[in-house]
Amino acid sequence: MALYSKEFEVKARDFDSAGEVSSNLRAILKQLSLAPDIVRRSCIVCYEAEMNIIIHSYGGTIKIEIFEDRIRIIAEDTGPGIEDIELAMKEGYSTAPEEIREMGFGAGMGLPNIKANSDFMDIKSSKDGTVVVAEILF
Amino acid sequence: MTYFHSVTLDKDRCRGCTNCIKRCPTEAIRVREGKARIINERCIDCGECIRVCPYHAKLAVTDSLEIMKNFRYKIALPAPSLYGQFKDLSINQILSALLDIGFDEVFEVAYAAEIVSKFTREALQKGNLKRPVISSACPAVVRLIQIRFPSLIDHLLNICSPMDTAAIIAKKQAVKKTGLKEEEIGVFFISPCAAKVTSIRNPVGLEKSKIDGAFSMKEIYGKILEKAKTTVVRDLRKATMIGVGWANSGGEAFGTFTENSIYVDGIHNVIDVLEEIELGKLSDLDFFEGLACIGGCIGGPLTVENPFVAKNRIRKLAESLPKREQPPVDEDLVSFEEVKWIKKIEKSEVMKLDKDISKALEMMKEIDRTHKTLPGLDCGSCGSPSCRALAEDIVKGCATENDCIFILKDKIKALAEELNDLAGKKPPVIK
Repeated sequence: MALYSKEFEVKARDFDSAGEVSSNLRAILKQLSLAPDIVRRSCIVCYEAEMNIIIHSYGGTIKIEIFEDRIRIIAEDTGPGIEDIELAMKEGYSTAPEEIREMGFGAGMGLPNIKANSDFMDIKSSKDGTVVVAEILF
Repeated sequence: MTYFHSVTLDKDRCRGCTNCIKRCPTEAIRVREGKARIINERCIDCGECIRVCPYHAKLAVTDSLEIMKNFRYKIALPAPSLYGQFKDLSINQILSALLDIGFDEVFEVAYAAEIVSKFTREALQKGNLKRPVISSACPAVVRLIQIRFPSLIDHLLNICSPMDTAAIIAKKQAVKKTGLKEEEIGVFFISPCAAKVTSIRNPVGLEKSKIDGAFSMKEIYGKILEKAKTTVVRDLRKATMIGVGWANSGGEAFGTFTENSIYVDGIHNVIDVLEEIELGKLSDLDFFEGLACIGGCIGGPLTVENPFVAKNRIRKLAESLPKREQPPVDEDLVSFEEVKWIKKIEKSEVMKLDKDISKALEMMKEIDRTHKTLPGLDCGSCGSPSCRALAEDIVKGCATENDCIFILKDKIKALAEELNDLAGKKPPVIK
């Protein structure tokens, strides 16, 4: 069981709040004596997961779970889901609409970045929504 | 030994208001027993509290000019920002006036800044530093990174600031020139800020700073004005456009000659951009200059002139000087090896709850639970900067729930209601 967990709500298209969960996570992690690299990678994973919910879903939650030896980030949303996960994992592949790309988001790096910065990653997606689980080991 | 830092409190002036606690970027101030209290280890000397205090109760401790007496040969190291403080004085007038104050020599930090710019360009070209390379010239930003962004320590430009570089060269040259021993030569920085004063006592990247004291720009300002009236102006200026430009934010970034560089001033703005850098969003950037004060060093809390006026003066001064890319090589200046950091920069763990992670997480849960019971107004009346910070203080045992005036008020109300209830109760023997 997680020693600590906290859940954050993420609203669809709420770009004003973009990065807030990851800022919160940074504040939590700096109170633990973790290696700087663990903090950095966890924040990146959290940020990208948060942005994915904002850009692609109808809204969802990010749950942070901290264990003795790892951090688990669970991003769960309701939404259209990911049609082709393998394709979505490719760098630069994006299904973000034009208006979001114009804002500088949706460059197709979200899932690849989560993968690159975590030690374990799992995606389950259906047409009702998506669950991304990523873990960073201490 | 407690950590020395320059920003301190004048207890007599402090009224215990909450202006400073709310502006502090590292939540290093609490109000207790009616007075602000600085948590030394957390203070990064950015000077925000000095600027924001309406009662001028926050001070930057600097050295007294008296300490010059302890040295046989005295060298002034004026920060580039000094040049922006005077309405009608040329750089040579300012430097000549400094000699008249009692210094035997002046060595311009702006001149050393040009050398640092040159080394920075070389280091950027070598390309073995993590991108973006982060300027290490502002000690408040360096300390902020140690405390809040330890993963960016490896991005810091690992060479001495212009101030320390100037001290290394000035001392070396003076030993040669005078034949005196190093300890007989006093090198004094004329500082625009508290953070520089701290960094002399607690140097970053160096074992020991070559600087023997720091004088406040405010303190020396009047003396320069006075002496400038009668001084015989000598041709002392060696610094050119790039070096003088360092006084303003963007000056250092300009000196790197890289297109992909940004400069950010104001500590809260710097924090925002550092967050983005930590998230890897600015990986295409080569150089990041972050300065704690708005406008850069001319906005330092120990300066005299309005920073926007000073900024324009520096710009005009810099533009009137030649743009020299290579500092002269004929002089015995300094090698890259001499200014390279020799000490590893450590992360600071002042925010840590406990070194045992399970215990820290237990405390975190308790903080979350306590936080939920607080009103969420972040009013600061409890003396902690936010409800979250009060929750932390309660869990750490340095505050109580009753410090929250709203909780206290609710408790008093409940108590009053109970009193009222009890008062209305009749003993059974009374009809």
